[in-house]
Amino acid sequence: MSLLEISNLVASVNDQPILRGIDLEVCAGEVHAIMGPNGSGKSTLANVIAGKEDYQIDRGCIALEGQEITSLSPEERAHRGLFLAFQYPIEIPGVSNMEFLKVAVDSHARATGTPEITAVDFMKTARSAAEQLGLNPEFLKRGVNEGFSGGEKKRNEILQMLMLNPKVSILDETDSGLDIDALRTVANGVSEFSNPTNAVVLVTHYQRLLDHIEPDFVHVIANGTIVRSGDRSLALELEEKGYGWLEDT
Amino acid sequence: MASTDSKDDNTLDDLVGRDYAAGFVTDIEADTLPPGLDEDVIRFISARKSEPEWLTQWRLDAYHGWLEMVEPSWGQVQFPAIDYQSISYYSAPSGDQPKTLEDVDPELLATYDKLGIPLHEQAALAGVSEPQQAPTVAVDAVFDSVSIGTTFKEELRKAGVIFCSFSEAVHDHPDLIRKYLGSVVPRGDNFFAALNSAVFSDGSFVYVPENTRCPMELSTYFRINERNTGQFERTLIIAEPGAYVSYLEGCTAPMRDENQLHAAVVELVALDDAEIKYSTVQNWYPGDEHGRGGIYNFVTKRGACRGDRSKISWTQVETGSAITWKYPSVVLRGDDSVGEFYSVALTNNHQQADTGTKMVHLGKNTRSTIISKGISAGQSSNAYRGLVRMNPGAAKARNYTQCDSLLIGEKCAAHTFPYIESRRRDGVIEHEATTSRVSDEQLFLCRQRGIEPEKAVSMIVNGFCRDVFRELPMEFAVEAGKLLEVSLEGAVG
Repeated sequence: MSLLEISNLVASVNDQPILRGIDLEVCAGEVHAIMGPNGSGKSTLANVIAGKEDYQIDRGCIALEGQEITSLSPEERAHRGLFLAFQYPIEIPGVSNMEFLKVAVDSHARATGTPEITAVDFMKTARSAAEQLGLNPEFLKRGVNEGFSGGEKKRNEILQMLMLNPKVSILDETDSGLDIDALRTVANGVSEFSNPTNAVVLVTHYQRLLDHIEPDFVHVIANGTIVRSGDRSLALELEEKGYGWLEDT
Repeated sequence: MASTDSKDDNTLDDLVGRDYAAGFVTDIEADTLPPGLDEDVIRFISARKSEPEWLTQWRLDAYHGWLEMVEPSWGQVQFPAIDYQSISYYSAPSGDQPKTLEDVDPELLATYDKLGIPLHEQAALAGVSEPQQAPTVAVDAVFDSVSIGTTFKEELRKAGVIFCSFSEAVHDHPDLIRKYLGSVVPRGDNFFAALNSAVFSDGSFVYVPENTRCPMELSTYFRINERNTGQFERTLIIAEPGAYVSYLEGCTAPMRDENQLHAAVVELVALDDAEIKYSTVQNWYPGDEHGRGGIYNFVTKRGACRGDRSKISWTQVETGSAITWKYPSVVLRGDDSVGEFYSVALTNNHQQADTGTKMVHLGKNTRSTIISKGISAGQSSNAYRGLVRMNPGAAKARNYTQCDSLLIGEKCAAHTFPYIESRRRDGVIEHEATTSRVSDEQLFLCRQRGIEPEKAVSMIVNGFCRDVFRELPMEFAVEAGKLLEVSLEGAVG
């Protein structure tokens, strides 16, 4: 079943075209990797899907489970099961991680008409998710990303993903800034989360994350379009040859 | 700018400005003096309250001093000249002063009910669910120029605590009034304090005897109702050696197109080992989104830590008023005494605030802490102004100041004016200041996690204020959080 379907997506920032016609279909149970050189439009694509204002959609559509979402607000997209792990997670001083997660989870429950989770159950779930990612439970009491190391910030994004249990997760450069142990922990968290009912889209510059999470499909973006799609071997080819050869084609 | 034709263009530029819920007018017969100020007005107020001659004279002296003074102009605030002859200096609900709460006009009781301030002596504040567990709060309700009733007086009297209106205190406890009135804020302290000293009408009086812990929270609720009147209340709190009291004031006013003046004076006296905790949730009408109307809140608040090891703590949450000009201060005279100032000041639309504190260290080993959180939204201006002074006798005094500003949107302003004067080499003075912004990135993070923009902004602002809210009595902390949420409504959107 198709969870995310993007067709002929053209988008710009301040009248500068960034995405020049993207087509992508992601089905349940799949892991996709989107690779490409700096400035190719990878992060723009992730942000446009999540509904960040600043970007103008000039053409095309984005559908989540068959429903057009381009006219929806970022929170409405989130409520329908879209998640974006940020490349540079931002701090919210004084708001504890626990409070932030609870408010987010409750907002989802309200929007989808499901009963709110009790505080006790919530704490249990949050603690076990933190543990799974190698985070001390004390971590939950700290301000959101406040004074976190780069690795902690990225793990915190994955923690939020586990708590919100989205249908489609887009992880924007989640591997950057992680040492090899943290990379493994995060990759394990994502692999365990991935199941036949959801989908994961990894946006990455390097293929090293793909050593830990096996993608079903690899797409290469250059100049705002997908220039190549293939399987795992495409990533290895890129590793070997770099991105330069793509631009000539 | 928005990527789509989504139904809401929620960027940070617009989320502020819900209705001011306390903005209604109570329709009640009032005896109101015609506008204008001269000696006769002062004699009228004094006579109306059957005051002793010395107090009438005290007022007149203040008045004559005031005539010689000029309005301060150093504040980071702008407003047209105030015509002091166009203000009415006295307004009270008609009829005899009610003797007990049963005699209070039901219309007045309904007013306070509507504001969530119960004047019947059942458990505590609105919003507290379990009555038997709810902390009890005694309330003095001041409506325009007079106190209309004080709850739990009997129960407090059993503990030896006096809590009554200022007018009653003048009659029932004249020695205490005469001893302490103007002893912390002298009549000629500043322009607005002098004006208040001349025309003050009512307010609250608290006396906590030696080694007594006041058995409940005390609270005064100030309400301006009448048009064109000013409110000039006076509060005096005395904590004898070893006494403890926690006191809270709240303030609201109807929505009106003209500006109204509120010039209060608060004096606190803490003797040896005494502690006074004074909290304010100030929600005077702030004016509309175009800057029309609203209260001018020009207030002098000062505490004297006269005794050794005494402590005075000011906590304020300022969300209302068109203009706020106030500097709750502590004079640390006793050795080892402690002064604290915790402040959240939020300005939105065209509001202006110039607020902060003064910590004057006189005694040895005196310590002070200042935590100020300023939040500016809309086209407002928010200034922190603080003085830390270490006098020659203040051996080993310490101060820590942390002063943070949060900006919401592009059109607001934040200013910080710290003044540090130290005459000691062994004093330790630390000052930290930050300015930050509720960014579109923070907002996008919250929204991507499914949190609605207004909830997100209020969560971010509450997080910013956490260090101050921690200092409020618990039930008021919840109220303060909600108040911020309401005051910010429309600041993004």
